[in-house]
Amino acid sequence: MTPFTYARAADAATAVSGAGANAKYLGGGTNLVDLMRETIERPEALVDVTGLAQAIEARADGSLLIGAAVKNTALAEDRTVRRDFPLIARAILAGASGQIRNMATVGGNILQRTRCAYFYDNEGSRCNKRQPGQGCDALDGFNRNHAILGTSHACIATHPSDMCIALVAHDAIVHLEGRAGKRTIPLTDLHRLPEGHPEIETMLEPGELITAIEVPALGFGRRAIYRKVRDRSSYAFALVSVAAALDIEDGRVRDVRLALGGVGTKPWRAWQSEAALRGAPATEVSFRRAAEAELANAKGYRENGFKIELAKRMIVAALQELAA
Amino acid sequence: MSMVEDAKATVQGALQTVMKTAVALAPDNWIPGGIPDPIMRQQHGSIGKALSRIDGPLKVGGTAPFAAEFALEGMVYAAVAFSTIAKGRIATIDTAAAEASPGVVLVMTYKNAPRMEKVPLFGSSPKAAGGADLTIMQDPSVHWNGQPIAVVLAETQEQADHAKTLIHVTYDEDPATLSFADAKAAGTDQGMFMGEPLHAEIGKAEEALAAAPHKVDAAYLTPRHNHNAIELHAATIAWDGDALRVHDASQLVAHTAWSLSKVFGIAEDQVRVSSPFVGGGFGGKCLWDHQVLGAAAAKLAGRPVRIMLSREGVYRVVGGRTLTEQRVAIGADASGKFTALIHTGITAMTSHNAMPEPFILPTMSVYGADSFLLDVRVTHIDMLANTFMRAPGESVGTFALESAVDELAAAMGIDPIELKLINEPDKDPLMGLPFSQRDVEKAYRDGAERFGWTDRPKTPGSRREGEWLIGMGVATATYPYHRMSGGAARITLTRDGHATVDIAAHEMGMGTATAHTQVTADRLGLPIEQVVFRYGDTIFPGVVLAGGSQQTASIGASVIEAHKALVTELLKLAGNDSPLAGLKPDEVGCFDAGLAALEDDGRHESYASILSRAQRDELVVEAAAPPPLELQHWSMHSHGAVFVEARVNAVTGEVRVPRMLGSFDCGRILNPKTGRSQFRGGMIMGLGLALMEETEFDERNGRIMNPSLSDYHVPVHLDVPEIDVIWTDIPDPHSPMGARGIGEIGITGVAAAVANAVFNATGKRVRDLPITLDKLL
Repeated sequence: MTPFTYARAADAATAVSGAGANAKYLGGGTNLVDLMRETIERPEALVDVTGLAQAIEARADGSLLIGAAVKNTALAEDRTVRRDFPLIARAILAGASGQIRNMATVGGNILQRTRCAYFYDNEGSRCNKRQPGQGCDALDGFNRNHAILGTSHACIATHPSDMCIALVAHDAIVHLEGRAGKRTIPLTDLHRLPEGHPEIETMLEPGELITAIEVPALGFGRRAIYRKVRDRSSYAFALVSVAAALDIEDGRVRDVRLALGGVGTKPWRAWQSEAALRGAPATEVSFRRAAEAELANAKGYRENGFKIELAKRMIVAALQELAA
Repeated sequence: MSMVEDAKATVQGALQTVMKTAVALAPDNWIPGGIPDPIMRQQHGSIGKALSRIDGPLKVGGTAPFAAEFALEGMVYAAVAFSTIAKGRIATIDTAAAEASPGVVLVMTYKNAPRMEKVPLFGSSPKAAGGADLTIMQDPSVHWNGQPIAVVLAETQEQADHAKTLIHVTYDEDPATLSFADAKAAGTDQGMFMGEPLHAEIGKAEEALAAAPHKVDAAYLTPRHNHNAIELHAATIAWDGDALRVHDASQLVAHTAWSLSKVFGIAEDQVRVSSPFVGGGFGGKCLWDHQVLGAAAAKLAGRPVRIMLSREGVYRVVGGRTLTEQRVAIGADASGKFTALIHTGITAMTSHNAMPEPFILPTMSVYGADSFLLDVRVTHIDMLANTFMRAPGESVGTFALESAVDELAAAMGIDPIELKLINEPDKDPLMGLPFSQRDVEKAYRDGAERFGWTDRPKTPGSRREGEWLIGMGVATATYPYHRMSGGAARITLTRDGHATVDIAAHEMGMGTATAHTQVTADRLGLPIEQVVFRYGDTIFPGVVLAGGSQQTASIGASVIEAHKALVTELLKLAGNDSPLAGLKPDEVGCFDAGLAALEDDGRHESYASILSRAQRDELVVEAAAPPPLELQHWSMHSHGAVFVEARVNAVTGEVRVPRMLGSFDCGRILNPKTGRSQFRGGMIMGLGLALMEETEFDERNGRIMNPSLSDYHVPVHLDVPEIDVIWTDIPDPHSPMGARGIGEIGITGVAAAVANAVFNATGKRVRDLPITLDKLL
């Protein structure tokens, strides 16, 4: 670990003004500190933002405003979240371990980095995300955990979050504060596809800080499914996960939310599936067609081609369960 | 070990039992005509009682010292840098920035390391412990990706870890053989194990197979596995002049001391290695580069060194199980009798070690057949030397063998248990020796009844609950009895009736100290509170490898000899004024803290009385175990029947194992509590072998890409079901205590039982491990 300075921020404004060019904001540290130990991240300064907004505010319009420093465990255990936004609670509980969730913050979860083994292997492997232009050893290497959607010749690393899959399904909005002031951005637009520059992972400006997550009300979100499939029962990243909520009226799909984890280079909102479903009869045929639509552009690599079929099956199964 | 004594006093459920009858001396050896160890049928003493571990309170309280917890005056901390190429030479190595980093004491590379000899390769002499026949940090050559290339010593671990990242290295790379396919194309050699070719032939098996009315012939693949003991490999090391002191995490202290003496050119008795507690061994806690590097760096610095490998470091430096590609072909007649049993294949090793994964071992004794063809070929890859890992040979060999037997049973429409029992041999199928004890059928029948085997779906893929397909599988577990030469023990008996056993054996968490405290108490006719078992230190006698499931037998035979010497000496001291006067050693037994005539336990004198009259405070005896002649007269093997229920998700291919049962036939179980834990631990490791464990060895550069517990999957709690364990408890009349070691057998058979249950659930046969969900989509 490269030596660094440490300071605790009292509020967002002082955090932003106190964070220099080579500073990083520190949440629970469950990912950043690992990356520092591996010398993949070498910040000169850490600005601890875990003392910032820790409230989960249930607003009159049915939406939520979640402080960025809220711990994952606290969010998953919140009564309103469990009742009105069960996808979020279930997705969080499907991830990591109890100990990690107790430490990890919502803001940090969103900005966690990929667990691609080649990204982590600072000394012995090539990675365009770590060292732009170096090449990608994952393309033809061990890529069972890698993406099949949104990949590029430069990078096929997945965004590993479970929580974000639920949040993108819920059209979550990210509140930011930076040197130029405050702004918001939809979570679906926060993460970038790797294309030719996998080292640029988000739309954040230098020094910009996530202060809160806003989750709009979603009436039919009370009945939702988060299903995660992985290589062991717990404490493993998703091979494929599906977040789904379905609003059916008179046998037809009035509205639907569908997002996929473990398959995308960013938290993957299944826009194609949703478009195919809206207005369609709530039948297995429609569900299958919707799954095919989303996965039509999927690309399998050496070890992960099975995810295409697995994702389709899981989409269909989730929708069938919700329609039943 | 006084803390062990302290702890023992607080052990919950400590047994007050003492023997109700005198225990006679055990025989000299277990050759034909010899009498069995009288202790083996003893039902009233400590043996067979579920005594809690005597080290339990120490571990729960955090006061059991492990290798990386000894704090020495002036100690510095080591960090190890590893190569990133598989083969070649270090061209340049720049350590200036590391040396200038805060707290750094020195950086050791091949340029300044002390001159050292090779570690003698394991098996090359009785106490050789080396995992690879290579010098360590003596020249710029690189032999595997991950080889240590520098050691940083600093005042704190953090300073050493940081400075390590400031070392800059360039290499001249040589072409390396990294893919198994390339290695096979370059040719194979006969596999040699313990000096013998891994090859056996009886009759013409290929011809018999061709002619058989029923047959299976299939290929099975098993991947590399890495050691993941929870305790990281570590040593705390100091020099005092030419004397070397090593606090190690070890399953072979005597071997390590001798081998280090050869490396540094000093006398064996100048090296003291101790290892009071080991946080898991499994074949991995032997002598690897880190102890040698730690000792070399300590010598260079003139200060004690603590070297603890990171988890990644364990993957880079400590070998694991290598991959195998096996063929099993079985021919059977109409009744199911095997006419041909063929088990052949290829495994990869390196050109600088001697450990082909001996996957044919189970097939050498489990079944009878009219003809056999068994063969292991080896090919060479430029990688870290592979090594022993729990049940080397049997763990992956039983996967292939027991999958094939299940395939044959399915093809013939016979219950697999019946097919196995039809082919139960009446003597060792290759050696022709009688079995020392073998009750495989009882293990199967008892296990089948308790597991509810008759409820197994008769047709694969026919039972479903919602998305879940349900099946049951069974497989044979097996592991041989071993007892290696070199065992020796010392007994100190004090006038107040306390006995201490000293032997350089090992406690790696399996309950050795507890079980042998029980055995010794029974042998000496003492309550366990008056017995202390000291181990894990080269100041004690014996060369006792905690490996090959042989430690229990080795300790047992050593203590038997020491016991005999003790009784002989006591009778001499007792003299003519004793009620024991005139009795010979084989006419007395130990009873009620003293000796008694076997024919008349009224003729008794306590140890206290004998020693008092002789004006002795204590009596010290030491003796060596006899050579393991029992193995020349009997075929000695443990067995088990592993039952598994598997559920396979029809949508996702996920496999869950909600139920397992192991029914074992392993001789006398000395302590059911620690024994059951050991069986269960092995079965859990077998579950990992079946469903998830796989080292990701990148064949492009020879680098292990999942060197962490998050990326290398072992079962988590949620993967592990309730595991039922039963045993026959039938003593082996030809082994000390009637026992056979149980360290390895738990892992064997499990992978096949899971694969067979998955087949029963789905109708899909998976022949390459691990059984991941993509193989079942």
